Amino acid sequence: MQFTIEVGRYNPEGVYADDAQPGLPFPPPWDKSPVRRYQTYTVDLPEHAVVLDALIAIREYLDPSLAVRCACRSAICGSCGMWINGHANLACKSKLAAFSQGGKTRVESPPSMPLIRDLVCDMKPFWDKHLAVRPWLENKQPTPPADREYRVPNASMEELIQEVSCISCGVCLMDCESFAVDQDFLGPQALAQAYRYAGDPRDDKTKERLGQYSGPGGIWDCTHCFECVQQCPKGVAPLDQILKLRKMAVDAGFTHNPGTRHADAFAESVKHSGRLNELTLMPKSTGLFNIVGQLKTLPSAINMARAGKLPPLIHKSIPGVERIRKIFQRVGGRFK
Amino acid sequence: MKVAFYPGCVSKGACPELYVSARLIAEPLGLELHELVSAPCTGAGVLSEQNRELADALNGLTLAMAEAEGADLMTICSTCQGVLSDHNFHLKNDEARREKANATIADQGYSYGGTATVKHLLWMLFEDIGIERVTASIKRKLTGLKIAPFYGCYILRPSEALGLRERPERKTYLNQLIALLGAEPVEYRGATKCCGFPMLTFNRDKALAMGGNHIIEAKEKGADLLVTPCPLCHLNLDGQQPDAARVLKQDIDVPIFHLPQLLGLAFGFEPDELRLNHHVVSTKGALEKVELKV
Repeated sequence: MQFTIEVGRYNPEGVYADDAQPGLPFPPPWDKSPVRRYQTYTVDLPEHAVVLDALIAIREYLDPSLAVRCACRSAICGSCGMWINGHANLACKSKLAAFSQGGKTRVESPPSMPLIRDLVCDMKPFWDKHLAVRPWLENKQPTPPADREYRVPNASMEELIQEVSCISCGVCLMDCESFAVDQDFLGPQALAQAYRYAGDPRDDKTKERLGQYSGPGGIWDCTHCFECVQQCPKGVAPLDQILKLRKMAVDAGFTHNPGTRHADAFAESVKHSGRLNELTLMPKSTGLFNIVGQLKTLPSAINMARAGKLPPLIHKSIPGVERIRKIFQRVGGRFK
Repeated sequence: MKVAFYPGCVSKGACPELYVSARLIAEPLGLELHELVSAPCTGAGVLSEQNRELADALNGLTLAMAEAEGADLMTICSTCQGVLSDHNFHLKNDEARREKANATIADQGYSYGGTATVKHLLWMLFEDIGIERVTASIKRKLTGLKIAPFYGCYILRPSEALGLRERPERKTYLNQLIALLGAEPVEYRGATKCCGFPMLTFNRDKALAMGGNHIIEAKEKGADLLVTPCPLCHLNLDGQQPDAARVLKQDIDVPIFHLPQLLGLAFGFEPDELRLNHHVVSTKGALEKVELKV
């Protein structure tokens, strides 16, 4: 079967084949990423071939100058994360036939990562974030003797299977919306690993970890867009793990942040009226005594009021709101 | 067609233009709206994050109300759609979770049997109302307008709970609709990206940059306006647009329409009826292209 592949090429020397077409600059926030030259190759491969098969065929038989990073070819090593038709995926796990659009598949290095050459991006931001969450156990003492295992209940480890499945391919970070605008955000992979250790019953530093993860660049800076859940090739669902960390952090008392204030104000409003009171939500989330924060939101509030877009000043409850209050009481927990 | 109408808090709060326009277009589309006035807020994912059991009970109650109406539940908000779809997915497939939710709402006279269908208006246009009916209702073609679809997150991801695996065409409905109404859909990357609203209170400047970047990209591709099925996206993209322009140090000035407003225009309603004169970013320039005034 014939497949056409458009490969985004880049090299610092600026040497390209004559038929490589210059592409367009990436949209913001990636407008600083180098503009690629797109070189088109046609390869003959079986119908079940994956994108990586095509790239290896190109490198072996058509163009040895193509730089591509790969090793296991089996979605285990995590080396071949790249953009395929504008989304991060593992090239070894992506069937060409499924990705081919109008007979073509476009493959390139993701513009959210620094570019080294062709399909090889620099993974330094990824590893820096990974290390920043201290992805190792700090054992509770006393540890068992050297010839014995550190035994924990089976169920507590089953809870961590999803996070342990991470192969550090970086696909989630490459498509992370928060990371795209905020390089300081720890990102989905690092935070999923953060949960893997914070949630481990053997770890002694849970509280310190939760304090660190609640700070700037941490769990509250995720924009909840589900890109990481959608793109992760191993089902780690990083966003789900970030949400678990948020709950752990709040339960551990790390509540002096807009995230917790937002959740509390949200719950308060739904409990009392059955619905959201937008008029009080923003000021309460920002913090009633956070004067600088309040002033920052003021121009938008004025713009919206002028346009007639302020919520009604008298917030009405839904009919039968007692029912909702009863549900809150019955379930209990933080919002009771 | 009878639907259990779930308008969501924002359409009755900071985006009244959404509620008004959704009510207006119901008649030409043949929708009989039975509003679930006693249904609570979904919790927008915020409640489920801290207390899943609570969010299961609240959304289980809403789903039970729709079941009692004997009609599909229709949303006009992607966030409501995403959260209700997620809880519906789990309450349908996880009996233990459903039983727990039912135990909490039982004394209110409700029990969720796991049969409700939750559909955004955008999906209903194609799957229930049908494009023939939509086409027949068009009185004013929007020819000459270049419109950028802004899907946002929760109507696309996660795809499993939203039924996109069975119906991948849902990813293209906004584009199809824009063309159907006579306008030209703008292809741009930001169409399926996040508006930034969920982190507006946590990381304000970055949230504004996120939304602003997508609008600028669409504008550079020639868009006269963006259309969105989500009022939370609208709050960030329209309500906060002047602030986003300040953060990005760039003029933006692109109006953002709610899905029912765009339909309403094509169905012959006047811009004022659709409250297109109540936006933060003026809709004037875009409306002039189809010879309308606000």
